[in-house]
Amino acid sequence: MSRDSSRASSESIVTRVIHRPYVWAIVALLLLLVINLGKDPAYLGISVNAATGNLSGNVIDILRASAPIMMIAVGMTLVIATRGIDLSVGSVMAVSGAVSMEFMSTAGGGTVGEALSAAALALAISAALGAVNGVLVSVVGLQPFITTLITMLAGRGLAKVITAGQNTSASNESFRWIANGTVFGFPVVFVIAGIVVAIVAVLVRRTALGLMIESIGINPRAARMAGIRPVGILIAVYVVGGVLAGIAGIFSTASVMTVEVAKTGMAAEMDAILAVVIGGTSLAGGKFSLTGSVIGALLIATLDKTIVFLSIPSSATPAFKAAVIVIICLLQSQRIRALFARRRSGPSSLTPPPRSPAQPRKESVSA
Amino acid sequence: MSILIDRPTSVSEGGSRPSLVSRLKPNVESLPTLAAVVIFVAMVVYGEVAYGRIVQFSTISNLLINNAYLIILAVGLTFVIVTGGVDLSVGAVIAISSLVGVMLANQGWNPIAVIIAMILIGSVFGTASGVLIQYFNVQPFIATLAMMFLARGLASMLSTTPERLADDSPIRLFSTEWKVIDGPKINDLVTTPNVVIAALVVLVAFLVLHRTRLGRTVYAIGGSESSALLMGLPVVRTKLAVYVISGTLAGLAAVVYTSKLGIAQNITGVGWELDAIAAVIIGGTLLTGGAGFVLGSVVGALVLGLMNVLITRDGGIPPEATTIITGAILLVFVLLQRLVVSRKRKT
Amino acid sequence: MAITEPIVEMEAISIEFPGVKALQNVNFRLFPGEVHTLMGENGAGKSTLIKALTGVYKIDSGTISVLGAPRAFSGTADAQSAGISTVYQEVNLCDNLSVGENVMLGHEIRGRFGINWKKTNEAAHDALVGLGLGDIDPRRPLSSISLALQQLVAISRAMVSRSRVLILDEPTSSLDANEVEGLFGVIRRLRDQGVAILFVSHFLDQVYAISDRLTVLRNGEYVGEYMTPELSRSDLISKMIGRDFSTLAALGSNRGRAVHATGKPFYSAKNLGRKGFIDPVDIDVHAGEVVGLAGLLGSGRTELGRLIYGADRPDTGEVRISDAITEVHSPIAGLSRKIAFSTENRRDEGIIGDLTVRENLVLAVQARRGWARPLSKREQGDLCEKYLVELNVRPADPERLIKNLSGGNQQKVLLGRWLATRPELIVLDEPTRGIDIGAKAEIQETIAALAGEGMSVVFISSELEEVVSLSERIVVMKDHRKIGEIVNGPDVTAETIVDLIATEGNVA
Repeated sequence: MSRDSSRASSESIVTRVIHRPYVWAIVALLLLLVINLGKDPAYLGISVNAATGNLSGNVIDILRASAPIMMIAVGMTLVIATRGIDLSVGSVMAVSGAVSMEFMSTAGGGTVGEALSAAALALAISAALGAVNGVLVSVVGLQPFITTLITMLAGRGLAKVITAGQNTSASNESFRWIANGTVFGFPVVFVIAGIVVAIVAVLVRRTALGLMIESIGINPRAARMAGIRPVGILIAVYVVGGVLAGIAGIFSTASVMTVEVAKTGMAAEMDAILAVVIGGTSLAGGKFSLTGSVIGALLIATLDKTIVFLSIPSSATPAFKAAVIVIICLLQSQRIRALFARRRSGPSSLTPPPRSPAQPRKESVSA
Repeated sequence: MSILIDRPTSVSEGGSRPSLVSRLKPNVESLPTLAAVVIFVAMVVYGEVAYGRIVQFSTISNLLINNAYLIILAVGLTFVIVTGGVDLSVGAVIAISSLVGVMLANQGWNPIAVIIAMILIGSVFGTASGVLIQYFNVQPFIATLAMMFLARGLASMLSTTPERLADDSPIRLFSTEWKVIDGPKINDLVTTPNVVIAALVVLVAFLVLHRTRLGRTVYAIGGSESSALLMGLPVVRTKLAVYVISGTLAGLAAVVYTSKLGIAQNITGVGWELDAIAAVIIGGTLLTGGAGFVLGSVVGALVLGLMNVLITRDGGIPPEATTIITGAILLVFVLLQRLVVSRKRKT
Repeated sequence: MAITEPIVEMEAISIEFPGVKALQNVNFRLFPGEVHTLMGENGAGKSTLIKALTGVYKIDSGTISVLGAPRAFSGTADAQSAGISTVYQEVNLCDNLSVGENVMLGHEIRGRFGINWKKTNEAAHDALVGLGLGDIDPRRPLSSISLALQQLVAISRAMVSRSRVLILDEPTSSLDANEVEGLFGVIRRLRDQGVAILFVSHFLDQVYAISDRLTVLRNGEYVGEYMTPELSRSDLISKMIGRDFSTLAALGSNRGRAVHATGKPFYSAKNLGRKGFIDPVDIDVHAGEVVGLAGLLGSGRTELGRLIYGADRPDTGEVRISDAITEVHSPIAGLSRKIAFSTENRRDEGIIGDLTVRENLVLAVQARRGWARPLSKREQGDLCEKYLVELNVRPADPERLIKNLSGGNQQKVLLGRWLATRPELIVLDEPTRGIDIGAKAEIQETIAALAGEGMSVVFISSELEEVVSLSERIVVMKDHRKIGEIVNGPDVTAETIVDLIATEGNVA
């Protein structure tokens, strides 16, 4: 009896994982690794540097590269769950990098204190940019895409103004350690990213925040009627998105200790959106999966590395990623789903939901 | 339906003075566009007073020549935004279209074939966006964002270095300077075929929007898509058409831009979608759709162009700040629209 | 009027949506030159029938014939090209365009250089003149004319496309008496020209003023077709609201037990109102008392319920709860003052479809606690266990998505959501609408039991029998105001309310 039930539950875990939308991401990830293995059987090898105890190898590189993507993907997940979008993440990364580099190159002392101050300042400004997005969306009621499109382009301009249009470098070993250092052999960026993801996960899943975000994303009117106040939650979500993009900016500038104002964070919003949709969160908002987005970020990092490894010109990646987004959007659309449903269970079950766009609504009679 | 019966008096609303009131009414609708004109004039006056040499042939000529591509882009986006949609891919479409065009031309293609190819590349991207939006219910900004990265990515695959168009390429003829009025020294009123193309685009767009059923359907969709459907208008076809128009005009803008600069690069046109959207919004088109004028968008494009001139003349504003200023202006106008619309709802 | 062949004939129409039988075996026929009214309360299936006719909804069974030939339209546009035009309550025109453009959209007169606006506007003017609206300048923006005129513009549009059938879906709900008279003038004129008019309204006076024939629907079922002069008002009302004695029999009636309406009320509002929404109303609710809000659709019964909870912000009035002055201007304010509100609009304002039953159930409790103090798994489990069992939700699986439950069970979960907040006053707006009879009886029992435990209940329903059997006092609403208050007693029946509504004249 007890054996039966335990088998049932273990089965349900397997089926549950299989039914997760990101299972395909895991499959794709493994597939990419297999392709790499095909070219170099030692691809997955991890070597330990005897002197420092550091791990090195392609897998470690992938983890390192996935850290900033993870950050923006997690922020984007929350924003998209509320039926929003944040196109400004890449620019916020550039601003964050510009602020920290400019601060450290001006201060010039190379001390730990300066590194910490630079990071704190960068994150504060990132949070402020996120707050601007949040207020415009929730209080003023602007559409998220136009709001964040403006901050995206103005943010890029801001980064250029901060550095007077120059790619700015600084030297600070403590700051550099963030990107290049290791903890117990693992890259610091990956460890930090893991901790941050864990904090966000606890914040949304161990409190009621996640439930409220999903409620707002699924049915804003019903959520309001149930007593949820959307304004604060929306602002919080965009601020979190901004801070996470700020962290990503620090990650991606610390490795080279240079901010390239025109390049840092370029097209990052694409990576973030891609990671989110790969992870199974719908662009229409509602239910979200942080785990899915993290896996999505790992997949994107692996993809980037694979493309380099296979010596395909890396300039092809954005086109490829855009194609993937288009395909996922197609798969999520009613039309394609209806097609699949028909294939699966015969034409009789093809009854599209009686939801016509023309359905007149009661509340529109306000004049 | 021509049977005349006594009209029921209770429904007449005292509307028997159509002359003045109703004739002025449409002008209220076009207030934002007038505001854009006022802003443009104010900028001209300010520029003339502060820096001088604004109201003169060469400046005006350059303003038009340098912004012909932006005017064309803004016209295309006007169609899209009037329906309540948006097209973020136009800048990237210019990049791929001009890059392909230059490369084909350099391989010795017939220049006319090259130009047609460049325009068609735009049409293809526009069609793809439209199909995604209309048939697969993808939100417009997501679909066109994907097209933006697709176009940008494909362009980067072709080349990441500037591709130069041969100076003797016939395509460059579009930027031949025609002297219209010979002014003193270099202060001539000049124009180029590019400017003429832009003007034609504006004219045709104006006629399409105001004198064809397609154009009226564009406005009807922006006013209320569900009403347009219930009225039996061809909503699906029209929404697809606006994205095709926007893409095609982006292709045409690529021709204009390439002929003027003679160089194409994968990073050409980064952020131009913002400029074009800003031009449309400044020109009085509602971001939420339903109202707007092509001529307004032209004024909007000129406002942005003049702003660049003034920033250059001023010298005190770092050129990096341009996007911040554009963004700020766009934000102000979007906020104003929001205010006006919510006012209107209340009354 | 001697034509005997119906222009539209619908026979044994049935439509089923997931969990709801929207129409069952409904018949309808429409003759040229008549005004035929479709009557029924909210949810009776009037709109569904119209959408079936125009092809917006696919029918599951039955036949639709137009001029004797079976037809299946693919949508409004298709129906329109066959001469069947629909004018909706909320006027589906584009108010960013001019009057003339709205009349002529898709029929503009074209010349060599595209649309000839002069001729187009002349044609629009002719169409308007045909309806006696000759003094509206076609060049005026649509938004500059009143809603009543917009309605007539929509009718002109239908006439431009040479429609022989005109469907008017609740065209009068936002018009004043003069405007209604004007509309009726136009309707009569079209009728005399031989147009077949399908009229939908729930205003009795108007129905009697304009219609030649009427068909009554109730809960998606066909009640009957009658010649208007042969059916008395009270007969009509009882046909519309029905009598479901079977479900009420088991219920201990509150009738004649107006025992709670003494002493200080728990909730008391003076002049509670909102401009353009509902005229100021006084209402008291005592602890343990069920106060019914009765009135036809559009009478303001829902609006009053929303103001009590704070779903809409009142702009006049003084509210006292437990004798202390307070303000309830948002849902969370209502919640924190121990008020709960179960909406009539379950799909748009009630359930959060993609969340589980558990998440839906705990949502209001959680919202009141704030995000930082989440309910533990255990607390959530306890709430689910308590309310899923108590309200007999089937299946009693807390991890099922709520959208996959039947309407009645969704309603029970929503009721559970509000009861879990332990409210002292609960406003229930049509809690028994559109659900099966078993679930209905259970919910009625629950309401009686809650009042028995001392909870104050405001009960809103379009079924007067239900209101009478559950309420101690009944507030009667009409035309967005309170027209009376009835203390329930042995001699109070649904007819008492019907008479009050029928005799209280329309305020012009």
